Amino acid sequence: MSADAPPNRRSALRAFADRHKGAAIAALVLGALALAASLAPLIAPQDAFDLASFDVLDANLPPAWLDGSDPRFLLGTDAQGRDLLSAILYGTRISLTVGLLAVAIAAAIGVPLGLLAGYAKGTIDTVVTRVADIQLSFSTLMMAIIALALFRAAFGGESLGRFAVPLLAVVIGLAEWPYLARTARAATQVEAAKDYIRAARALGLSTSGIMWRHILPNIASPLIVVATTQIAGAIMAEAALSFLGLGMPVTKPSLGTLIRSGYDLMFAGAWWVTIIPGLVLIGLLVSVNVLGDALRDALDPRGRAG
Amino acid sequence: MKAFGAGFGFAARRLGQAALVMFAILIIAFAVRTALGDPLREIVGEAVPEAERAALRHELGLDAPWPVQLGRYLGGAVQGDLGTSTIYKRPTLAVILAKFPASFELVLGASLIVLLLSLPAGIYCAVRPRALGARLILNLSVLGISIPVFLTGIFLITIFSVWLGWLPAFGRGDTVRIGPWETGLLTRDGLEHLILPALTLSSIMLPLFIRLVRGAMLDELGHDYVRTARAKGASPLRVWLAHALRNALLPLTAVTGLQVGTFIAYTLLTETVFQWPGMGFLFLEAVTRADIPLITTYLVFVGLIFVVANTLTDIASLMLDPRIGVEDTR
Repeated sequence: MSADAPPNRRSALRAFADRHKGAAIAALVLGALALAASLAPLIAPQDAFDLASFDVLDANLPPAWLDGSDPRFLLGTDAQGRDLLSAILYGTRISLTVGLLAVAIAAAIGVPLGLLAGYAKGTIDTVVTRVADIQLSFSTLMMAIIALALFRAAFGGESLGRFAVPLLAVVIGLAEWPYLARTARAATQVEAAKDYIRAARALGLSTSGIMWRHILPNIASPLIVVATTQIAGAIMAEAALSFLGLGMPVTKPSLGTLIRSGYDLMFAGAWWVTIIPGLVLIGLLVSVNVLGDALRDALDPRGRAG
Repeated sequence: MKAFGAGFGFAARRLGQAALVMFAILIIAFAVRTALGDPLREIVGEAVPEAERAALRHELGLDAPWPVQLGRYLGGAVQGDLGTSTIYKRPTLAVILAKFPASFELVLGASLIVLLLSLPAGIYCAVRPRALGARLILNLSVLGISIPVFLTGIFLITIFSVWLGWLPAFGRGDTVRIGPWETGLLTRDGLEHLILPALTLSSIMLPLFIRLVRGAMLDELGHDYVRTARAKGASPLRVWLAHALRNALLPLTAVTGLQVGTFIAYTLLTETVFQWPGMGFLFLEAVTRADIPLITTYLVFVGLIFVVANTLTDIASLMLDPRIGVEDTR
């Protein structure tokens, strides 16, 4: 291709993939997991949330490549006779849902606040920055643990189980917004000092118009990078909370719940109920993190993303 | 002398702030207690008839307006009385303090591992950034950050306890009592029990600290004083350790202080995996059995650890770097 050929989307994608082989693999793994998870009700051999469809006689069967297995259950079964492959597909679906919802909530709070703080400066800036700093020093996971522990103590484990998905998303989202707010604020300060914003202001455009239509598109890159790492953080937080018994219930297991319920069986020899969902969780987290690192290299070479 | 006075003023103001934060935490704990817990149930249980309850409530002053009750709660808190656990029927603070040595020794073991490994690894990655070993360490640290701490624990148990049978998987093992402190560090069995949990807890902090040490060292190595030290003929080892590392410790201390909350959360997860009888394990038991006084006391205690750690970090930063303007730090 000659140097002055118009840049073509396909070749740009290929160049990106060449430069970041790890990222390309990560994207493939993540894409496959996300596709399988979103199609779970169609492709899973069993409805993993329908307790009536399990048979206790099928409990604790090993994966298909081990002795004593049943060909109906490719990855074996758990203590309730649930097909592990189905449980993992449904569990990944929950992990991804909570992760994306949590970051959407964090962005809905953090981005406007960060934009406002960076653009308006003054008292708003001081207050937003202070609150974000204080909250960050408490640590995302600890805040979420305390919030859900209090909910459980107040309303009992059953209500916690019923509202687990929205609760987890809100609690993790509320704990994570400062990261996005900080990034949005820092990037906005840089943009707001540039000539095109001064020109827009001189033209008499409204403040909100400048913030949303002119600044936001130009600070999207660092925001996307931080949001990606936050998705990994949210998925990990959900798994940890479910592992502690403060998240998804055994009737609707996420990957963290599966790891927890399998952990009790491990010393009885049924290692697969813990280890296989654990490997899927690691695959999910590693691919999101590697993709996040590559996005940082590609979109944010100056390292503006916190 | 003037500098000392300013430093003293800073420390005093910082302590004042710490007291204010503790006050806020106590008020939150009081609110949670009042909203969720019925102190009467803690004392007499459910079976007592309502008329008798009302009489008791009056006798104990539980029908007093809330500012009076808050005053009593704060007064009790200052004297170390934060209520009675409904599970253990003992003062909550005593219940938590009895579990403190277990958590402390776990954190101590993990911190030693992190310190002993992250400093050499981080320095190596900073001074030889292109070496194969350095790139390997950094890539492994991305992997380490991606593995949740409870899975690391489960994998270690699978390998070293279930398959190889070398190390115990649960509990603290034999302990020795020295005054109020129950230690597992003095028996062989206790030390063996500590290895896997401490490794697990360190695994999540290690990648972070290697990156931090590397980043701080890279910053320092770019400064003029490092070039000057080299030019006057100091050996590379002396330049790295006596000059660059000394200055890199300052940002490291500050960031470490910020990680205390995260460290407490990871300790809780590690204790759950290994059924380590520490404060985090106790807290989850209290949550499952809705022991409100124990839950709020844990929150106050963790808040205290957090405030003390942050205050010490700030004061340590001041002592490590006399350049920090006392006026700037607010």
